[in-house]
Amino acid sequence: MSHISFVRLCLLPLASVTAAFFLLPMARLLLAGSEGPRGLAEYLAIILEPRYRTTLLNTLVLAAATTVATLIIATIAGLFLQRQRFPGRTILVAILTFPLAFPGVVVGFMIILLAGRQGLIGEVSSRLTGDKLVFAYSIHGLFLGYLYFSIPRVILTIMAAAQKLDPGLEEAARSLGASPWAVLRDVILPALTPALIASGAIAFATAMGAFGTAFTLATNIDVLPMLIYTEFTLAGNLATSAALSVGLGVMTWLMLALARSFAGSSVAAAG
Amino acid sequence: MRDRIIFILQLLFTLLVAAFLAVPAALSIAAGVTVNYFRGIQSGITLQWVAQVWELYAGTIMASILIALGTLAVTLVVGIPAAYALYVRGGRLARLVEEIITLPLAIPGLAIALALLLTYGGFGSFRRSWLFILAGHVIFTMPFMVRSVMAVFATIDVKSLDEGAASLGAAPWRRFIDVIVPNAAPGILAGSLMVVTLSLGEFNLTWMLHTPLTKTLPVGLADSYASMRLEVASAYTLIFFVMIIPLLVAMQWIGERGNLR
Repeated sequence: MSHISFVRLCLLPLASVTAAFFLLPMARLLLAGSEGPRGLAEYLAIILEPRYRTTLLNTLVLAAATTVATLIIATIAGLFLQRQRFPGRTILVAILTFPLAFPGVVVGFMIILLAGRQGLIGEVSSRLTGDKLVFAYSIHGLFLGYLYFSIPRVILTIMAAAQKLDPGLEEAARSLGASPWAVLRDVILPALTPALIASGAIAFATAMGAFGTAFTLATNIDVLPMLIYTEFTLAGNLATSAALSVGLGVMTWLMLALARSFAGSSVAAAG
Repeated sequence: MRDRIIFILQLLFTLLVAAFLAVPAALSIAAGVTVNYFRGIQSGITLQWVAQVWELYAGTIMASILIALGTLAVTLVVGIPAAYALYVRGGRLARLVEEIITLPLAIPGLAIALALLLTYGGFGSFRRSWLFILAGHVIFTMPFMVRSVMAVFATIDVKSLDEGAASLGAAPWRRFIDVIVPNAAPGILAGSLMVVTLSLGEFNLTWMLHTPLTKTLPVGLADSYASMRLEVASAYTLIFFVMIIPLLVAMQWIGERGNLR
């Protein structure tokens, strides 16, 4: 057997598996989106139908809020952990990156333990003010869940990027009399921008497409993945759920393509 | 002085973030072994909830281990040769293939699950079997195996190794088994850990693909979160932690060793 034909043979199993269980189903999904009573217009329903549009806007606002909050939190913590050396630092880094492998459902449960009916926040707030604060089963709980999910990922990216910064530039800025705030604004943040954009896009895409956390918290949270799920299972509305999930897939794919063009490495939305 | 204040403020902030992540996990572990969570830890420590979870959900745990190992087997058999071929061949086609197999990471699991249901939902016995979930997990985890193995190939100059063995007259498949696979071992190990961890925790796809007879651990978790008392749900989560933490530690260890070299 020649080398060339062996290499082709090596690729054959992957090609068959991918074609059978990914490409063919995806083509079928695209087709199904246009097979409803509305035909191809089903694909526009996500924007034209007021109910779906509201859900889309909710999802976008939630994803944007998650992204901004995660970036701010992770930049502060990530820069700190990369630059300072103190006892217990390794443990702190381990704690902050440990939830990386939690599935969305488990993250949902973590939020229930924090802000649910028997949660810690409710317990503390009822002792302090007499008012029991419970917000896990709403879009606020979902926001907190996506923070929980995204912070470890983004912190890791920020720490890796901060490691590559040239300390000489900061020294120079400081010796010229720049305040810490000015150094951060004019030297550090511009150098971190690619990492911030890349990890922000991942956080955004994940917050848009993730399903497990929302499913655990409440099935009536008005975000796209839950809408797709209820359209499919409760309403049996195949064409709509297919068209909506194609729309969602295109949006998350675009976000991650953007991330990759900045980071140049593999990125994935999970959860 | 100013630096000192900035340091302390940042430390406090970072500790707060760590608490946000660690406290609920600790609460969940505590609740899983507490007699009555509402009354607190002074109500006593017990393993009754863990036992109850085992009684109710042992099947899901076994199923998840089985599917994870099955997914690993498929990704090994399919992924390693593919990584070799993609690396050796290179060029535009290889990049396109890599792009396509990575797509499932960028598309929400819900969409892929719907697509699989639309295509194979009619094939009753396949739809009802474990293999249906396995197919979804294979698609979702394959890119991690392929990329992890390809990354090793890029660092060890596999082409000259391969050519050297070829000049000694070894047949292509012999070279693959005797030269390529042993040299790719670190990447295969890292990829395997990733595949097993992801498969054990996969929910987005699995929730749509499962049937009452094919429930996995995360599906069972969602079920317990919705319908069981908090202690049972916590004990179940505790079992999940115990299963994935060794995998995570191993991954971190390999990653650090890789960085040192």
